[in-house]
Amino acid sequence: MTTVAVKPATMAQALTRAMRDAMAADPSVHVMGEDVGTLGGVFRVTDGLAKEFGEDRCTDTPLAEAGILGTAVGMAMYGLRPVVEMQFDAFAYPAFEQLISHVSRMRNRTRGRMPLPITVRIPYGGGIGGVEHHSDSSEAYYMATPGLHVVTPATVADAYGLLRQAIASDDPVVFLEPKRLYWSKDSWNPEQPTDVEPIGRAVVRRRGSSATLLTYGPSLPVCMEAAEAARSEGWDLEVVDLRSLVPFDDETVCASVRRTGRAVVVHESTGFGGPGGEIAARVTERCFHHLEAPVLRVAGFDIPYPPPMLERHHLPGVDRILDAVGRLQWEAEG
Amino acid sequence: MTVLEQRGAYQPSPPPAWQPRMDPAPLLPDAEPYRVLGTEAAAEADPDLLRRLYAQLVRGRRYNAQATALTKQGRLAVYPSSTGQEACEVAAALALEERDWLFPSYRDTLAVVARGVDPVEALTLLRGDWHTGYDPYEHRVAPLSTPLATQLPHAVGLAHAARLKGDDVVALAMVGDGGTSEGDFHEALNFAAVWQAPVVFLVQNNGFAISVPLAKQTAAPSLAHKAVGYGMPGRLVDGNDAVAVHEVLGDAVRRARAGGGPTLVEAVTYRVDAHTNADDATRYRGDAEVEAWRAHDPVQLLERELTGRGLLDEDGLAAARQDAEQMAADLRERMNRDPELNPMDLFDHVYAENTAQLREQRALLRAELEAEQGDQEGGLR
Repeated sequence: MTTVAVKPATMAQALTRAMRDAMAADPSVHVMGEDVGTLGGVFRVTDGLAKEFGEDRCTDTPLAEAGILGTAVGMAMYGLRPVVEMQFDAFAYPAFEQLISHVSRMRNRTRGRMPLPITVRIPYGGGIGGVEHHSDSSEAYYMATPGLHVVTPATVADAYGLLRQAIASDDPVVFLEPKRLYWSKDSWNPEQPTDVEPIGRAVVRRRGSSATLLTYGPSLPVCMEAAEAARSEGWDLEVVDLRSLVPFDDETVCASVRRTGRAVVVHESTGFGGPGGEIAARVTERCFHHLEAPVLRVAGFDIPYPPPMLERHHLPGVDRILDAVGRLQWEAEG
Repeated sequence: MTVLEQRGAYQPSPPPAWQPRMDPAPLLPDAEPYRVLGTEAAAEADPDLLRRLYAQLVRGRRYNAQATALTKQGRLAVYPSSTGQEACEVAAALALEERDWLFPSYRDTLAVVARGVDPVEALTLLRGDWHTGYDPYEHRVAPLSTPLATQLPHAVGLAHAARLKGDDVVALAMVGDGGTSEGDFHEALNFAAVWQAPVVFLVQNNGFAISVPLAKQTAAPSLAHKAVGYGMPGRLVDGNDAVAVHEVLGDAVRRARAGGGPTLVEAVTYRVDAHTNADDATRYRGDAEVEAWRAHDPVQLLERELTGRGLLDEDGLAAARQDAEQMAADLRERMNRDPELNPMDLFDHVYAENTAQLREQRALLRAELEAEQGDQEGGLR
């Protein structure tokens, strides 16, 4: 990292800073949701915004997700840039109809005359000991809806940079915040945030030659750890942070897989019908002649998200990733 | 003596004093729908307004007939007729100022046209050449909404945003009786009341949600009663009385513009035609009921008032019919031309800038079209 750190910052702080800077730069940016005002959000990600910008700019809404997103649609129609918080992944489901029937397609429906610059912030994923309905990985639902961008940061710098880009985007962006990384720290200077790659670009986080781990959001640190552990097995793993699931960066992903000849997709979301199936298919279609082994998936089990005392068995961990890497020695098998 | 009494320690504390947040009485709708036509109050109605309402009613009736005919000719994929409900449609458009916004439902084409939208562009969705034909910003009309009640929170958000910006803009959102059972109806009314947003909700209670009658839709005394629970006034009006609907909506719009907050208006009306051309209304209602409502026809009601007061003579009536006929002829002529479609439009408005994946798919379609064209040219040679 080239950033000069004043002190380590958390991802949550970077997200707050991104909204603060966006609101200061553009009076049309409005933050809204349940508990985002006085309380500063249940994760404190909107802390201080209501105080600094007033309750008209950072608004505690009634408790109704369809209403929150539905009113945001009307606000965007009138020239505002709403940043909507959905509090928890599974709490966003009542807003699905607004997202799918209106937010994602208003530009299309009106032949480009009525774009909706809405950012939907959704804390997602497990690993924080949340009870039922607090740990879902719902990215596949959003990915399957044309018209939405789907973005998820894994680093502090990306949390700031991608959220600024999402708010500035003229298209609706589903901004998935890996809630178990909220308190992960990194050397990052909030006074001089570095530029990050744009939405739609994946980034190679670790160079390697034996195989590529394709991952994003909460699974990136796990993959980085797995890559370190794999060194003792003689594997030199490359780790690609997808960052943006829609648009998808085929170029960076395929360049990496062609270099290494092997790939494992790693995510928390369920495997069946999950993002990994799409990613593996894309890689296979484009890199078949470079592949030494089938593209494997290490995903959450195909079960409703488990209760907190069992979630460690569900979440892809270092060992499960290393086992998959071991299975990539395809040509050595019988 | 109980154990607690023996200990002598338990002293139940009285609950904190409770009082309702406001007196609900002024919010309650009247027992009967408000009417002007056929009452003494009609004599005070502005003649110019009556003539404008009438001209739009006649045009609306003719538009419904023409659009229905176009479905039979295969020119429209579907048309949900608002015959019998024209008074609500016309009054909705005429109650608004130019700067206000209209949020129509799929049956509200007449309100859209009365607002100034090109009659052909208003039918784009129903013809099937695109989803929305008109520019929503040109006449401040949101796209016709097919999902039920989901456009209501949009109206609330837009009105709220306008007020935040200091503009005295009002949003009028239209929904049917069936739509009041949807969650978005509840959420929109609640947000509007909490934010005191300048919104007017117009429920056109036309008796049926496709085939399901109002009695199976709600147990409330009236749909206007639903307003009270949210803390906004509910108003009940005869939806076939164009003057009454215009007056009630006008009051609600003025109240919203002055900062008085939202109003829910229930207009009691009737859908004389079937739900759409694909519906068989005889399966769920009898002729007697339809005939009773035909006798309470919105066009006839207003026509009687105009002729009775000598505000419109035979020539005037003929002129209104002539104007409507001209509109219908123009609509027929333009709708009978095949729309010019560009398949490349499919990719042009998904995102501000196409993704690499869409660029690839766009190139594929272009190649397919060029090959098709090549085949045709080859065939010609």
